[in-house]
Amino acid sequence: MSIIFLLIGFSVTVAGCFLGAFLWAVKSGQFDDDYTPAVRMLFDNESSGKKQAEPKK
Amino acid sequence: MEAALQTDIQHCYHCGDTCNDGPIEAHDKVFCCDGCKTVYELLEENNLCTYYNLEQTPGITGKQPVAESRFAYLDDAGVTTQLISFRNDSICKLTLYVPQMHCSSCIWLLENLFKLNPGVSASTVNFLRKEVSITYLHQQTTLREVVQLLARIGYEPAITLADTEGKKATKPNRGVIYKLGIAGFCFGNVMLLAFPDYLAGEGIQQTYGQFFGYLSLLLSVPVLLFSARGFFTTAWQGIRQRVVNIDMPISLGLAALFLVSVYQIVFKQGVGYLDSFTGLVFFMLIGKYFQQKTYDTLSFDRDYTSYFPVSITVLKEQGQEESVAVRNLQVGDRIRIRNQELIPADAILLRGQAMIDYSFVSGESEPVEKVTGEVIYAGGRQVGESIELEVVKEVSQGYLTQLWNNAVFSKNESQGIDTYANVAAKWFILATFLVAAGALIYWVPRDTDIAMKAFISVLIIACPCALSLSTPFVHGNTLRIFGKNKFYLKNTAVVETLAKIDTVVFDKTGTLTEPTAAELVYTGKALLPEQAQSIKSVLRHSTHPLSQRIFQSMAGEVKEVQHFRELTGKGLVGEVNGRLVRVGSAAYLGVPAAKEALKTTVYVSVDGVLLGFYTFFNVYRSGLKQILHELNDKQLAVLSGDNDHEAARLQELLGPEAELNFSQSPMQKLAYIQQLKDANRHVLMVGDGLNDAGALRQSDVGIALTNSITNFSPSCDAILDASAFDKLSRFIRFSKKSMNIILGSFAVSLVYNAVGLTFAVMGLFSPIVSAILMPISSLSVILFATLSVRIAAKRAGL
Repeated sequence: MSIIFLLIGFSVTVAGCFLGAFLWAVKSGQFDDDYTPAVRMLFDNESSGKKQAEPKK
Repeated sequence: MEAALQTDIQHCYHCGDTCNDGPIEAHDKVFCCDGCKTVYELLEENNLCTYYNLEQTPGITGKQPVAESRFAYLDDAGVTTQLISFRNDSICKLTLYVPQMHCSSCIWLLENLFKLNPGVSASTVNFLRKEVSITYLHQQTTLREVVQLLARIGYEPAITLADTEGKKATKPNRGVIYKLGIAGFCFGNVMLLAFPDYLAGEGIQQTYGQFFGYLSLLLSVPVLLFSARGFFTTAWQGIRQRVVNIDMPISLGLAALFLVSVYQIVFKQGVGYLDSFTGLVFFMLIGKYFQQKTYDTLSFDRDYTSYFPVSITVLKEQGQEESVAVRNLQVGDRIRIRNQELIPADAILLRGQAMIDYSFVSGESEPVEKVTGEVIYAGGRQVGESIELEVVKEVSQGYLTQLWNNAVFSKNESQGIDTYANVAAKWFILATFLVAAGALIYWVPRDTDIAMKAFISVLIIACPCALSLSTPFVHGNTLRIFGKNKFYLKNTAVVETLAKIDTVVFDKTGTLTEPTAAELVYTGKALLPEQAQSIKSVLRHSTHPLSQRIFQSMAGEVKEVQHFRELTGKGLVGEVNGRLVRVGSAAYLGVPAAKEALKTTVYVSVDGVLLGFYTFFNVYRSGLKQILHELNDKQLAVLSGDNDHEAARLQELLGPEAELNFSQSPMQKLAYIQQLKDANRHVLMVGDGLNDAGALRQSDVGIALTNSITNFSPSCDAILDASAFDKLSRFIRFSKKSMNIILGSFAVSLVYNAVGLTFAVMGLFSPIVSAILMPISSLSVILFATLSVRIAAKRAGL
């Protein structure tokens, strides 16, 4: 049954990784605006050959 | 979405306005004005016509061309530094507030700025905050060029004095998201570890109890130290100010839960209640998060600096113009104010025809004429030609800005709020302690083990989580329902104050009346079509706001006018088809000023024969009569900065008991509210302008009425969208109802607590049962609160 210690160790580590990813996402501003990106992704990219919008930071 | 389909002959392709003054046709499209046409051409040239495919007529009318010299102050290094948030060798970053943003086309265009100005390297829109973050290469372009470009395409950013006063744009508050994330993570894991305990019981407990216990403890520490910190600090503030607030019992409960769990785990007495502890924090944070989300975009604490421009045109000795930051304006400076610009400091008129719109300061609806040598107070807006002034007082010493020196504005609001929940909390703490102590005293001589158990169970069950959850959830839901109806409260405490209101005070101009409309009534001999045409032709040449309004109300073509002259403060004269047309004040046309003198009137005569006069009436908001009727159980009053020519109409609308006060200065308004409060009345003030700011602040609840919620509104407790004005009485009634619901949910949690406590003091509960009972009681209270608010809202038609 000592496998449980190992399993719990793993699960907490994995969960911790997700928490870290979440904190990173918040820090990089992904939760600051939850409306505009939804609209932005619906804009068609024009094939005019002109410079495309730079990746958003 | 074919572009051609949208082209309506009557509507501008760019902004959708009706083309009144003869449409301009170009590129197979119709435009209402040159401004719109120019923007279209600019976009077309740069392949940006997707703008028109995303939404119909997304543009902003270009009827009022922007004088580009206005942005000269952005060349000033000092101003630029204040506005820019980041700068290195090649790039500058800043965030601008663009109030005109309204649709997805706007987002698209603003994010494609780099096509219009190659110096812009990126622009990102935050639509809810109406902000655009711009990164530009300062070797290729300047801030001024970027702002000018925005203004040219119709998105002039609002840069105000507040932006340059060191109050950096508030960063989006991520604190609560962090806290929520951590609490959620810990709650989930602790719950997982607690599960075997609920289900399997003793066996697992013996094998893994220690391990599970310490792991849970480890996971709970960040919740205690980080996520729940806000509750403890608020409680501590309450203790220091000697007020009991709702966070106090919450903190007490949380602390009790945590300490008991630590004790149990360390001394192997049980598994503790860490799952309840983390869960409680998590749920309460969810409530906080939603509340914050709705209110992120609104600002309730604005002062005059949010209204004032950043720069002003100063005339130097040789007559050249220079743009100077308003903060650097000194007494004795000569300044030039153009059409629609705000006068930033008290000043003497030197030259030009001043027509000052004081609606900002006094609520006076019609512009006031000023003659050379008169003092013009800060906050007035010039309408018409540009004028020259000499500054006599510094910006911060002005008549209007003095209002902010009043004690009301420095008062700390958070002190001594006697909210329902806080009052209840006081009794709750007392009762809990009495019961817990009673149980302890009763059991100690008999059985110390049961005594401890009873004491802890009482604390846990009576943990006022139900109490502390019911108020925020009822209020939170009420706030959300108000928000859906375009009524935004500053915080939950406003709901309680709103429920107690017994006196309603209205500002007149812009609040009871429609700010943009005026009813025009013509009295006198009927005008022949030819006469009407002549009058309209003459009016066309005047920029006077009254002339403009009459002009717009008249139909027909205009003819050529000869010998047109405008006499400042008097009227107009001109010849049409050889007939002499005169339009102007009673004195100008030699008419004895009648008893109507207080009303705004414009007389007309043709060939020296007086034909009649136009009278301007305020247009009251639709549904006003209905609202006032519904508010008849409250005392009503009007505070107007305007003169009393509408007194009779208002009295009829508000009823004979209403108090009407006219010609009130901002200070008098504040004093009036103070006087009402001294008479122990609970005052609701509804106003719109900066002139109401003092009164709004002084009143128990100050509601700022605005046509656009993200626009500037004075410091207030609540912001009401003008389109929802007719629901005002329903809002007040609903806030009362939600107070009843709180009482109801108190009762529900009280029943739980009474039953639970009875068993607990008798020592019948194992702590596990009480740990299960607690979340259930919390959930049921949340459910009750949410559902009953929803149902009540539906019934109230909100």
